[in-house]
Amino acid sequence: MSDAPKIPQTEPRYSATFDKNTASEIRRAAATGIYDIRGAGAKRKLPHFDDLLFLGASISRYPLEGYREKCGTDVILGNRFAKKPIHLKTPVTIAGMSFGALSGPAKEALGRGASAVGTSTTTGDGGMTPEERGQSSILVYQYLPSRYGMNPDDLRKADAIEVVIGQGAKPGGGGMLLGQKISDRVAKMRCLPKGVDQRSACRHPDWTGPDDLEIKIAEIREITDWEKPIYVKVGATRPYFDVALAVKAGADVVVLDGMQGGTAATQEVFIEHVGIPILAAIRPAVQALQDLGMHRKVQLIVSGGIRNGADVAKALALGADAVAIGTAALIALGDNDPHLEEEYNKLGTTAGAYDDWHEGKDPAGITTQDPELMKRLDPVKAGRRLANYLSVLTMEAQVIARACGKSHLHNLEPEDLVALTLEASAMAKVPLAGTNWIPGVSQF
Amino acid sequence: MEAVTFDLEKTPLREVNQYLHSDAAELDGKTVTITNPGGTHNIAVGLKADVDVVIDGHAGYYAAGMNQVANVVIEGSAGTGVAENMMSGRVHVKGFASNAAGATAQGGLLVIDGDAGLRCGISMKGVDIVVGGSVGSFSAFMAQAGNLVILGDAGEALGDSLYEARIFVRGNIQSLGADCEVKPMDEEARQILVKLLKESGHADVDPDSFTLLGSARTLYNFHVDNAGAY
Repeated sequence: MSDAPKIPQTEPRYSATFDKNTASEIRRAAATGIYDIRGAGAKRKLPHFDDLLFLGASISRYPLEGYREKCGTDVILGNRFAKKPIHLKTPVTIAGMSFGALSGPAKEALGRGASAVGTSTTTGDGGMTPEERGQSSILVYQYLPSRYGMNPDDLRKADAIEVVIGQGAKPGGGGMLLGQKISDRVAKMRCLPKGVDQRSACRHPDWTGPDDLEIKIAEIREITDWEKPIYVKVGATRPYFDVALAVKAGADVVVLDGMQGGTAATQEVFIEHVGIPILAAIRPAVQALQDLGMHRKVQLIVSGGIRNGADVAKALALGADAVAIGTAALIALGDNDPHLEEEYNKLGTTAGAYDDWHEGKDPAGITTQDPELMKRLDPVKAGRRLANYLSVLTMEAQVIARACGKSHLHNLEPEDLVALTLEASAMAKVPLAGTNWIPGVSQF
Repeated sequence: MEAVTFDLEKTPLREVNQYLHSDAAELDGKTVTITNPGGTHNIAVGLKADVDVVIDGHAGYYAAGMNQVANVVIEGSAGTGVAENMMSGRVHVKGFASNAAGATAQGGLLVIDGDAGLRCGISMKGVDIVVGGSVGSFSAFMAQAGNLVILGDAGEALGDSLYEARIFVRGNIQSLGADCEVKPMDEEARQILVKLLKESGHADVDPDSFTLLGSARTLYNFHVDNAGAY
């Protein structure tokens, strides 16, 4: 028997570079030979609105009474050229999500929830469904590269038209709806054989570049007799130039979607590595509008990771006119709810992490075309939940605005904000908390 | 038949298009002639009435875009996206057509007497297109449904990533796109071709001089072994 002293063991150490998730993806790729496809937006930790704080009123500024003094929340969108601009009661809108990616009951619930609080919903690839039009008092019709289900009658039925150039989850990428979700109804709307993988083009088929876009926007205006606001939606990459070109092309409204914005299905590598966070995109976009003398004349809607009223208030303070929510709206409807944990486990995942929306097996009945699964979503109850959530977002934003002494959400301004990190300070162009330093703008 | 004439040098386009969007009953059976088009974009877009429109010269982008029901004749040539997303009716270009003619169109008949540029019939979804001359490269890219008849030659990558549209070509084909292949001319396809030749003023052309192309359907569902085809 050895009397040698026992040598202490170092705890096993995982590589920060090759962490468990990374290693498991390498094994999956090696086994299948194909990239990972999933739904949702960027999941990695990114500089975000959490890195900003509001400076409430004190001696130098006075606040407004929470329950007595008015703090307006309404917003008018599209009054640059459109004869019939949109008037929303809250600046929180529902982002474009397709029937096909989402079930019929989910689209209906979005319409019900949004209409209850006086805001808009948006169609997606695949066209407009009667349920959606019927339940949405204000409906924005997306005009996409694929033109699946694109119908001039629906164009005329819409309250606004959104020309989609790109989205934050995949700027420069087209859409994808795998065969599992191409049901009879989806196939008919998109004029495709049932069960085929639907590939959406990444570029519009009949125009390229900003000069063509100007003519395209003019065509849509002519067709709709200059009545409807025309939005242009871009994924956040080069926001200064994209916003300036959209304005030049004649947009009434620009929609800017950061990389946290969700998608129905795209390659993981695309979602996590292309595009920039919305925090980094808003100020350059606003700068472009200001340089053109069009801030507040062409409205800016931002999206990608809006979760609460503080995010809404911060986006508006940085210069946006409104925000759009997608992922958060789905969670409000019932997506990824812990009460379905057992069913998520059967799919090899867990509540809160389920993102294989393209497979069409969503136990919550939201991202599916399975007739049995979609029955699980009660559109009336889910719509109520969404309406409640939208109300909370609006009220939370008002709480912050009143604390900053603002009688309307649009009176929030960058001067109300400071940043907690250097990154956020540089991106949002507000001072690092406790200093007057904005990296890249002022000296420390 | 009542005739109405607009001179685009004197009347703004918006007024002309708004007139063409009048109640269908008011426009029914009328012939509207648009003179001095001068390559103006977006002429006669969004029509939805049984009206005859004659564009007496060259049209710019998107002439007769999203057409429904109406019969539009362009006496000259047409710019990019003529009859884009047409739903029904008939559009006849007597000259040549630029890029993306009939893009994403879901119905109706587009007749082009001359040549068509790049991407003719891109993403077509049910329209019939007859081109008297040749078509440029990438024509019928991702074409989903409908028929593209080409009396002349076709450029590169014809019918790339084709879904269920048919392509009839009489002349030479520079190259076929991914998943596009020659198909035997069955009777159903032959009858469609004969009908379209007749409707487009080419009844004297021998249908047996055409090659039929369709989808090989190997790319309908993604498989890693086909990755090189994309």
